[in-house]
This record gives sequence, C-alpha cells and structure tokens, in this order.
Amino acid sequence: MKELVILSGKGGTGKTSLTAAFAGLKSSLMLCDADVDAADLHLIMAPDVQETHDFVGGNEAVIAPDRCTGCGTCLELCRFDAIDENQGEYTVDALNCEGCGVCVDMCPESAIDFPRKTCGQWFVSHTRFGPMVHARLGIAEENSGRLVALVREQAKKRARDAHIDLILTDGPPGIGCPVIASIGQASAILIVAEPTVSGIHDMKRVGELAAHFKIPAMVCINKFDLNLDQTRAIETIAREKNILVAGKIPFDPAFTKAMIQIQTLLEYDDTCPAAKAVRNIWETVMTHPAMKLERLM
Amino acid sequence: MIISIASGKGGTGKTTVAANLAASLNQPVTVLDCDVEEPNLHLFLHPEIQSREKVIAPVPEIDLDRCTFCKKCMDICRFNAIAVTANTVVTFPELCHSCGGCTVICPENAVTEKERILGTVETGTVPLPDMNFGQGLLDIGQVMVPPVIRQVKSHRAPDQGITLIDAPPGTSCPVIAAMKDTDFVVLVTEPTPFGLNDLKLAVETVRLMNIPHGLIINRAGIGDDAVYAYAKEKNLPVLMEIPYDKAIAQAYSKGDLIIAQQEDYKEKFQTLYKKICLLADSEKCAP
Ligand code: SF4
Ligand code: SF4
Repeated sequence: MKELVILSGKGGTGKTSLTAAFAGLKSSLMLCDADVDAADLHLIMAPDVQETHDFVGGNEAVIAPDRCTGCGTCLELCRFDAIDENQGEYTVDALNCEGCGVCVDMCPESAIDFPRKTCGQWFVSHTRFGPMVHARLGIAEENSGRLVALVREQAKKRARDAHIDLILTDGPPGIGCPVIASIGQASAILIVAEPTVSGIHDMKRVGELAAHFKIPAMVCINKFDLNLDQTRAIETIAREKNILVAGKIPFDPAFTKAMIQIQTLLEYDDTCPAAKAVRNIWETVMTHPAMKLERLM
Repeated sequence: MIISIASGKGGTGKTTVAANLAASLNQPVTVLDCDVEEPNLHLFLHPEIQSREKVIAPVPEIDLDRCTFCKKCMDICRFNAIAVTANTVVTFPELCHSCGGCTVICPENAVTEKERILGTVETGTVPLPDMNFGQGLLDIGQVMVPPVIRQVKSHRAPDQGITLIDAPPGTSCPVIAAMKDTDFVVLVTEPTPFGLNDLKLAVETVRLMNIPHGLIINRAGIGDDAVYAYAKEKNLPVLMEIPYDKAIAQAYSKGDLIIAQQEDYKEKFQTLYKKICLLADSEKCAP
C-alpha cells in the first residue's frame, strides 16, 4: 500500500482542489482528509457518511465548588494560567487548560474532577471516487495531531481491508503537530507551491520538514504564470534540495468555478489547460520511485 | 488596542491585510507575526531584526543517583513523556508539555528541569515611520506552538499604542493563543465555498472567545454570493472588500504592498481602522 500526502505549508494554494482533481484519475483509491482543523475536501466530495465516531481527546480539569476549600494550591501550580480566582472561588478556564492534571493530583481536598472530553468526530464515508475517512476537530480543541494520526490509521486499516492500494491524503497546513502527524510513514509528499515570495518561503519550510523526517518530496507549482520569476526560483530551489518538480499548473478560474459547482476540476472541464497539467502531474507523481515502493504498514 | 487578523485558513489574504493596514496607519504600530509555523509578514515589511531570543520550555531531567524508581513521575505525566523501568528513567522531551507535575510530585527531589528550545522570537523595526516588528519561528520538527506565540505577544506595543497580530490558521490551540486578550478580530475570507466553510469555523471560534469582530472579503468577485448572505444572517459587519485584481495578485507575488502600487488603498485601510475603532471598545482606540 502507498500513501501520497498533499501539503502546502499554508492553506489557499489549491491543495484541496488538486487532491480532489486527482481523485478521479485512479479507479480505486482511499481518500483521507487530514486537515482536521478546517477540513474542506468534503465540500467537493459530498461524502455519504456511513459511520460517525467520537474523538475522545484529552481530559479537562473541573473544580467541584462544594469540595474546594480555597487553599490556592491549584492556582500556584498551574503553569498554563488556567485557574481563575474570584473572591475565594476557584474555577478552571477551559480555554487555557492543557489537561496535564497536575492540579487534579495535587489538590489536597481531591476537589478537582478530570472528565474525559470529546474533542471532535471522525467519519467513514462513501464518495463517488471511493471511500473516504475524514474528521472534524471541535472548535478551540487541542490534540489535532492525535486526530490526524487516528484518521490516517483508519484510512490505512480500511484500505487494507478493502484491498485498496493507494491512499490520497489532503494534509493540514503548517509545519507543527498536525503536519508532523500527517507525514510519518507516507510514501511521498507532494507540495503545492504558489509562485509568490510567501509561497517559496512556505515550501522551503515544508521541504525541510520532509527532509527532517526523511520522506521523499515532490513539488508542483500552482498558478505558475502569475509570476514567472518566482516560478523559476521555485524550480531552482527544488533542484538544490533534491525535490522533483512534478509539474506546473496555469492560473485558471475553472478551479473556483468547479468548486462552486461541487465538482472536481476534471469533472467541470476535462479539457482546460489546468486539467491537462493536473493529468501530467499525476502521471509524474505516480511514476516516482517512492510511489512504486510498497511501504510496510 | 490589539487587533488580530485571522481567517480560519491560510491563503485568504490575512498577511496582505495585516501588512497594508500596518503601513497605512499614521500612528505608532507594532506588528507581530504569530503564524509561527510559516511566518510571512516579514516578506512584505522587510524588518531590520535587532534582537533574537530563544523560546525555551522546561523539560524534566532525572538525577538517577537520587531516583528510587517509584514511578510517581511516570504516573502523573499525562503526555507519556517519562518512562520508568526497574533501574532507569527515560524522558521524551518532545512529548512534554512543561506542566512541571513530575518535579512537584517526586518524593526524592530527583527531577529538575532543563531547557529545551522550541523556536526563536525576532524583533526589530520596519523602515517605515514608527513601526516595530516581531515574529516567532517554530524550529523544524518542534510541535509546541502556543508557547512561541505567547512569547511573540509579549512584545506588544506599550499601553496606548496599536498592536496588529497576524494569527495562524485554524480553530485550535495556536489560533486561540494568538487571539486571546485581543480587543478586536478581523476575519479575512474569500467568496468561495472553501472560504465560507473556513469562515464559519472562524466565526464560531471568535464568538466562543467573546471578542468583537468584523469581516474583510478578499478577492471579491471570484466566487459566489454565499459569503455575503452568511454575513448578513450572522450580523457580521463587512468592514472592507478587496476586489480580485491581477495587479494586486502580482504585487503580492513579489512581496509588494498594495498601497505601494495603488495609492487610494491607503485611505481605504485608514477607513478600515476607523471602522474597527467604532466596533471595538472605544477607550482602547488611540486618537
Ligand atoms: S487545590 Fe483544590 S482545594 Fe485548593 S483551591 Fe484548588 S481546587 Fe480548591
Ligand atoms: S513536566 Fe508534565 S508533561 Fe513534562 S514530563 Fe513532567 S509531568 Fe510529564
């Protein structure tokens, strides 16, 4: 089984639209949306949800006022500023609570409860391109890295059960915990970069991250004709860093139009220049040596 | 007055708004890039970095001569950052959230804290009148983002001044850390289904945090009207629209400010600030 993770360093580069466009190019694949914080792939895939599961992330401290004597130990020990005191009344600010449980363990009155909390949900769905595993992290919740790991694990497990040999994963933005959780053991990553100064900056950071974790990386340039100098700069950097340039996609309003119609680019217009570029990139990516190797999963 | 610029997701033009607003104000301003995973603001403002500081988190160090392997530190740690066996202790600093529980609970005083570097905070000035700059940079491979953001925010402008915060994308811990204790949140979106979806999440987040907020619609004209309908339904003031314009996109690709190319935008951003002042707690607004 192989897994291609599409990343961009930052949102808005067309990562999700590209993932969606790829989905129609192979007859059997598993889709996985690892952008659990602001998932968008479902907007095009219109998934028919078959299973819904709660994601139980961490725990949260809650002070029971009737048992609290107001000694202040919790306030003194909490390093996350999560304990508020108001006229001798102690409460936990849920937005700040990190769930470390130090106050729970150290309260001399055992006055702090520590219930598990549901931090989001994950789903297994049918789509017109195959099965899809996706999730939704609750607003202001932590543990997005763990939810990403869970979604990918489920995608793998279900792909294996269904004898599907390719997982296409829409990755999260950034280079922090969710992204790190999204690339471990991936066959390869494809970075979608825009020819802008910030696009180059972001691509370098994800490229470094991939190198740090020894995951083969490729790059494709979206809206390459917006700035040809920056496009050339991306190609040069990619060469230096040993990242294959899988192709270039011209600026094309068809991407946005397709999105509005709830279609993939190729469903919307199979013959537009962007669609041709997407097909070529897919061919190049799929013939990359990293995508030929079976990874032990 | 502290204003956060947020968007639910990257790529909507958050950084463009932050940079142009900062450069349009006729008042001293401090701009802080809190998108520490991918800070981009410096590419538009070209700050001269004058000082650098490390962001440090305490992580446990075990004195094996004192340790009796009682496992109390392992039991208190909710993040699996300590493993105790019959005759040794292994720590996993990258999992540690620096809560300090292990140091407090150890009956033998065998746990002390050493420093782990999470990233860097850089501060300096921008070659424009009266602009201070700060940004955080998460080290590659590190995951603890909120402490880096908090340290960037410690460099905000003194009392009367204006601070602009370029927030990270998303709705989880990093963006909460960035928006916390700010007086107003500007949400930037684009009129497409993705933009709308991400905007809804961002609106839920600011409303949960109880911060006054308003909307900027960027690349107006590229998509559909659903964002406008949503803004109306949710009573979300539209503070500004920036039309889709190839010249603006090209300026952005080169790292140029819109106001450097289209002079009239300076006034538009000043009007934006006035609108923010009307919606935020007015006492916070500098004259
Ligand atoms: S440590 Fe326990 S008893 Fe003391 S203030 Fe906190 S909750 Fe109350
Ligand atoms: S400081 Fe907290 S998270 Fe870190 S090892 Fe100790 S108990 Fe675990």
